[in-house]
Amino acid sequence: MTHKTASFVRNELIPESPPPVSETGAVKWMRENLFSSPLNIIMTIASLWAVYTLFNSVAPWFLNGVWSGNSVRDCYEILDGATGACFAVLKERWPQLIYGFKYPPSEFWRPNFAAVLLCVAIAPVLFSTVSKKLFLFTVVYPFLAFWLIWGGTILGPIVAFAGCAVAVLASRRLESYGFALAALCGFVCALVCWIFGGYLVDIGKDFLVLPSVPSRDMGGFMLNLILGTVCVSLSIPLGIMLALGRQSDMPIIKWICVCFIEFIRGVPLITLLFVANVVLAYFFPPDTNIDLILRVIIMITLFSAAYIAEVIRGGLAALPSGQFEAANSLGLNYAQAMRLIILPQALKVSIPGIVNVAVGLFKDTTLVSIISMFDLVGMIRGPILSSTAWNGVYWELFAFAALLFFVVCYGISQYSQWLERQLETDHR
Amino acid sequence: MVLPTDPSAAKFTFSMLINDKRYRGYTFQFTALIILIFAMAYLGWNLTQNLTAKGLNISYQFLKVPAGYDINQRLIEYTSQSTHLRASMVGVLNTLLVAFLGCIMATVIGVFAGILRLSNNWIVAKLMAIYVEVFRNVPVLIWILIVSGIFIVALPQPRSFRGENPEATMLWDAFAFTGRGIYAPKPIFNEGSSFVIVTFLLSLAAIFAYRRYARNKLYAEGVPLPTRWPSITLFFIPAIIVFFAAGSPIGMEYPELKGFNFKGGIWARGSLIALCFALSIYTGAFIAENVRAGIQAISKGQTEAAAALGMRPSFVMNLVILPQALRVIIPPLISQYLNLTKNSSLAIAVGYMDITGTLGGITLNQTGRAIEIVLLLMLFYLIISLSISAVMNVYNNSIKLKER
Amino acid sequence: MKYSVILGTMTAAGLAAGAAMAGTLDDVQARGKLNCGVSTGLTGFAEPDASGVWQGFDIGVCRAVAAAVLGDPMAVEFVPLTTKVRFTALNSGEIDMLARNTTWTFQRDVELKLEFVGVNYYDGQGFLVPKALGVSSATELDGASICIQTGTTTELNLADFFRVNNISYEPIPVETGNEAKQQYFAGACDVYTTDASALASARAAAADPNTHVVLPEIISKEPLGPLVRHGDNEWGDVVRWTLNALISAEELGVTSGNMAEMVKGTNNPEINRLLGTEGTLGEWLGLSADWAQHAIAAGGNYGELFENNIGVNTPLGISRGLNAQWTDGGLIYSPPFR
Repeated sequence: MTHKTASFVRNELIPESPPPVSETGAVKWMRENLFSSPLNIIMTIASLWAVYTLFNSVAPWFLNGVWSGNSVRDCYEILDGATGACFAVLKERWPQLIYGFKYPPSEFWRPNFAAVLLCVAIAPVLFSTVSKKLFLFTVVYPFLAFWLIWGGTILGPIVAFAGCAVAVLASRRLESYGFALAALCGFVCALVCWIFGGYLVDIGKDFLVLPSVPSRDMGGFMLNLILGTVCVSLSIPLGIMLALGRQSDMPIIKWICVCFIEFIRGVPLITLLFVANVVLAYFFPPDTNIDLILRVIIMITLFSAAYIAEVIRGGLAALPSGQFEAANSLGLNYAQAMRLIILPQALKVSIPGIVNVAVGLFKDTTLVSIISMFDLVGMIRGPILSSTAWNGVYWELFAFAALLFFVVCYGISQYSQWLERQLETDHR
Repeated sequence: MVLPTDPSAAKFTFSMLINDKRYRGYTFQFTALIILIFAMAYLGWNLTQNLTAKGLNISYQFLKVPAGYDINQRLIEYTSQSTHLRASMVGVLNTLLVAFLGCIMATVIGVFAGILRLSNNWIVAKLMAIYVEVFRNVPVLIWILIVSGIFIVALPQPRSFRGENPEATMLWDAFAFTGRGIYAPKPIFNEGSSFVIVTFLLSLAAIFAYRRYARNKLYAEGVPLPTRWPSITLFFIPAIIVFFAAGSPIGMEYPELKGFNFKGGIWARGSLIALCFALSIYTGAFIAENVRAGIQAISKGQTEAAAALGMRPSFVMNLVILPQALRVIIPPLISQYLNLTKNSSLAIAVGYMDITGTLGGITLNQTGRAIEIVLLLMLFYLIISLSISAVMNVYNNSIKLKER
Repeated sequence: MKYSVILGTMTAAGLAAGAAMAGTLDDVQARGKLNCGVSTGLTGFAEPDASGVWQGFDIGVCRAVAAAVLGDPMAVEFVPLTTKVRFTALNSGEIDMLARNTTWTFQRDVELKLEFVGVNYYDGQGFLVPKALGVSSATELDGASICIQTGTTTELNLADFFRVNNISYEPIPVETGNEAKQQYFAGACDVYTTDASALASARAAAADPNTHVVLPEIISKEPLGPLVRHGDNEWGDVVRWTLNALISAEELGVTSGNMAEMVKGTNNPEINRLLGTEGTLGEWLGLSADWAQHAIAAGGNYGELFENNIGVNTPLGISRGLNAQWTDGGLIYSPPFR
């Protein structure tokens, strides 16, 4: 007798059927992410509407953009009543926007080259995977860049570099005798080197000369970049010293540092720029004349040093006190302990913070336009907007400036976030 | 065991100033102090040399001299015959005004953007991320100029409102958006309006009292009383009744185009709005990041625990997450306020007459007293920052987790 | 490693810092360049052209001084300055002279210790309005928004004028003349007020100059002239007499065109003294004998400078008016070259 299978039992699996449309793919995703609740639906619709309006008003303006022409009237002619941007201004004024209006056009390759080299020089600092040998180039770079951008004989930067190198070597040699002695000796050696080098520069005035460009002629986005990189790199050592001073248990040194940091952090950068512009000249010895860009560099450096000091102080505070004690118990003196044990760790933790300060500072370099320097914003507000040819071209120029800054700052801040993630994994 | 000789008993020699750790600190500090004093003296000497060489001096007498210029936005009485000191006070108040408004707007924008950035809604979250990144990574000066450009270039000027077929019209005949600012109707308080105001304040007090009563009852007896509808009724009804009973004592003054400009109503100058808006939208992006970080710092367990208690998502946010997140959010928030206040000194770029515009701008130009004025400016900002940091310290101490 | 950066910049600072100066004249000669402070851009008076070469009436004065002192009118470093920094820049030695349409006032001369060496343009403050407003007199401007450049005497004159006439206005302060112009053309203000010469320049820059009108009122005296630091009289003399040479040259009929002819000798001893073919005026100034020839050759005499940069045949179209020679009923008057 055949065993009859009960009709209500299946003897084979039913084929897998695809999940309902509402639970898969785009539909499910949209349901969960866009339309999960009434509030969400409203928000989705509102956002879509906002995006659409924005797109609708900007797209024709952007797509109709005119890229050729010598004045805003040419643009109007080509557009013939339609809405559209006049990007021709960017094309015609490109050199002015990037290099300012006085940097000699035949020398544009120099800042360009310096910018490319900057990327190479900064790589070993930013990425630990890059060969450490490149650090050598990083050390040489500031002098090379100075020569490239300002011009003159190469002997000047070489002598300056030699002095620094001698100073570092001398102080390394003497480090075990104490920090103060090492620093003093280094300084004396450097001074001797520079004085003798000075004669050498005087003799070899025509050795490997690039046409020199006075700093007054720097302008445009180049000026922002110069101010940003120079001031940040100068303020890091100053910031380290301030942070160490603030951590110090010597009350006088501590209070000097605290007062300096709190003072600088308490006033807006613009007042410091006013100082550079209208006051600082009174504090230099009579009859010397230091040009504006240098005064501005001094003030911005002091400004960012105070902020960087606070970041590094955070890094120092994050170190367990066992590190300090371990360094002491090894018999290292203060300078050695700092250089070999404390600072490498503290700086590593502070890099994201320092990068954030650097981004902020780079953005703040636009403030120099208020004291009538022709950086990117200054160029736009001054010579370009006021020229008869481009009167009324407003959005194109500021959108361009915003875009340039966005690209650079966003890039750097993405780097800092990446770095933060790297550091996080190291910790756990 | 042989104890080492007590080092403090050793005879003091001068070499110990460098070699002995206990005394080296004094040597260092002393040297630092000397260097500092010398540096200061050097700068001071240069200053006096420079000043005498040019026959100038340092003097604050100019503050008592009539300023001679006019200021468009003045919160206290001021004419061109008032002193420079008075002009600086006008500037100080204008700075505080823009900083105050800016902080409020920035907080609102920042909190919304920060919370929405964590929203489940993909498109909203992405939009907020774009907002934050775009605004954080472009200099605030460029934003100020762009927003003020909207006023200068994009909005219609009063002359467009003129004529038979004007290019621009007022919104509901009450609001005018012009390149010179935004005009809105102003309430006029006639006789009897005090009744309405008092009634309104009383009903506000009644709402609070009722809600308190309801909460106490809820906690004590577990009986929930309705709160929403009674509150709304209390808010509107008595005031409206008294308003009509007193014969509509509160009227509206509408802005009108008279002569060159709109007259009447409330007028917010373009420069104020541009500066305030640009500052708050820029700072808002930073605050949004702080808020996001603060919320993410609260462990997910808190959300899950609240959800397990059966709370609605809005309750979870309001009652569980935000109160805890505030502890993390508020310190950076206050330093953002500080940044905003300091950034308000960029007012000079849009011609808003804050302290940098009056004292640091026109007064400096007219009197040429650069050193004195820059010192005063720094002092002003320093006082503001130090008082804000003092407030922050007090707050930080008060919210420290109290361990029992 | 980073210390090297500091030290490198310190050397750079050392290289950039100027040497001590005995007198401005020696200093300029040693440097081989004249540092001249000018406006950041004012059509007709000081403006870089498309290739970045500065042009204008004030620029002409700078070039004349450079030519007189150094023999080369192009040996000038132009330093564009805003109203805020112009006096500081002069006092700190950043510039040797300021030719930036600056009004000669008591306070600037006496309290700020500046030395005005003369007047190269007699100006007065006026008002520019769009024709469409239908305004014919400044007293009808009650309630108007007025663009003013901050830090100038115009700001004070404006306050006084409206106070005296007991009418109200809304001041819209802007940093530079260019910005004021932009705001005015965009309609952010109804009126633009500044020196009449600059108004002419602003009107010339309008898309259609005929739609704008300069009101008849001139509410102030604005003698504009080059200035130097107090206390260096030798240098002050050089700038003063270079300006006077340009003025005298026009009065005496010496132009850049006929100068070569006149250098050969004329019957007029004053022309001979001016051009250095007779007497030792140049030597007394500490310059070469033909200093005035260079100055005049740089951009022509006063009249030529005026006509080429701001005169009736230029977009500015300013007539001589007060700035005519005294012989023609104007105020331009040079002391004798004797």
